[in-house]
Amino acid sequence: MKLLEMKHIKKQFENLEVLKDISLTVEQGEVLAIIGPSGSGKSTLLRCATMLETIDDGELLYLGEKAAFSENGHAVYVKNTELKRMQGNYGLVFQNFNLFPHFSVMKNIIDSPLRVQKREKKEVLKHARELLKKMGLEEKEDAYPYQLSGGQQQRVSIARALAMNPKILFFDEPTSALDPELTGEILKVIKNLAAEHMTMVIVTHEMNFARNVADHIIFMDQGVIAQQGTPDELFNSNNPRMREFLGKFDS
Amino acid sequence: MNLTTMLQQLTGGMIVSIEIFISTLIFSLPLGLIICFGRMSKNVVLRNIAAVYISIMRGTPLMLQLMVVYFGPYFLFKIRIAPAYSFIAVLIGFALNYAAYFAEIYRGGIESMPTGQYEAAKLLGYNKFQTFFHIILPQVIKRILPSLTNEVITLVKDTSLAFVLAVAEMFTIAKQIASSQTTMIPFIAAGIFYYVFNLLVAVIMNNVEKKLNYYK
Repeated sequence: MKLLEMKHIKKQFENLEVLKDISLTVEQGEVLAIIGPSGSGKSTLLRCATMLETIDDGELLYLGEKAAFSENGHAVYVKNTELKRMQGNYGLVFQNFNLFPHFSVMKNIIDSPLRVQKREKKEVLKHARELLKKMGLEEKEDAYPYQLSGGQQQRVSIARALAMNPKILFFDEPTSALDPELTGEILKVIKNLAAEHMTMVIVTHEMNFARNVADHIIFMDQGVIAQQGTPDELFNSNNPRMREFLGKFDS
Repeated sequence: MNLTTMLQQLTGGMIVSIEIFISTLIFSLPLGLIICFGRMSKNVVLRNIAAVYISIMRGTPLMLQLMVVYFGPYFLFKIRIAPAYSFIAVLIGFALNYAAYFAEIYRGGIESMPTGQYEAAKLLGYNKFQTFFHIILPQVIKRILPSLTNEVITLVKDTSLAFVLAVAEMFTIAKQIASSQTTMIPFIAAGIFYYVFNLLVAVIMNNVEKKLNYYK
């Protein structure tokens, strides 16, 4: 089943075309990695996919249901209530975590399942404790975000996103704000999620990680998908831009 | 006049001062938030009305504003002013004036919030109301507390301005006694009263700040 479809997406900031006719599909259970140089549009693509930005033209579908469609060269979004419902299909892990500093770790995780999804407290607490255990943070449920390391904060934010039972989990450069020695713990968590067949879309700078964890990789350059395929196809491709980009990571 | 009657009269004034202080806070803190919403609104008309309002309230003396509120109904609509209206006029004038200052303090706090908090709230499905009152406002309050304390301390001293409408607050009474009895004692008492009052305000606000220090 197709969980996310983006068709002919266009996005412009002022006079700068950031996304030029991008199309992609994410199947259930698939892990898609999006790589590319800074300014290639990969973060904007993710922000459009999570509706933090609106698209100028193109189509956006979640689980086959249209969130936005193209009409006379402009994207038209469906009603807000519909969008809100569709938003429940996915979660996002931010580059700089964006935990709520005034909530404890536990409250960060359970607040929106209780307040937004109106789920039963007992069940939500049990779910949250399972997630914390999975993230290796059982001891930290009463801590406040400022008391945690960056890696721990990012794991809490992953738990917070998972607590909503999303069908797709988006990651926006989840390790970019972390010290190098802390990136490993986050990558491990994402790998474990991949092993559980969690559908994920990951924008990342970690080439080896993308290669190991992704089923499909999209290489973006100057607002277009310059190359895509399986990790093997991509890392052995002869695309000059791709080679140049990968070359920067070898040194 | 002996010291006891003097102090009795001053105590009466003290109570009036405290009444002005408390009602001003009760009305102006929420009103300030509403004006702040106007000032930050996407609607140009609303935004400009709020901006002009704040500009006038901050740009003219509170004493003048109190007189406008008191005498305005007579000069504008020829309504006869009952003497009892003076106290209400003081409360209205103070609330309108302080709301403008609070609105700007709120705005500063709200604008200092990182957009990531709004984005995280949106992704987690919170609606605008929940996002503001549950995620944003509690953090804003922590951020603006020091400026709020400043404003509240100014308010304690500003209550003495009610004397222009002959409201019998602390300072008005002190002045009356001082001139009729030719003594400095009421002024000394008034000085001590304002100082102790503000000391109390500072201690309370400091405690609130400490309470909110459970997170960073």
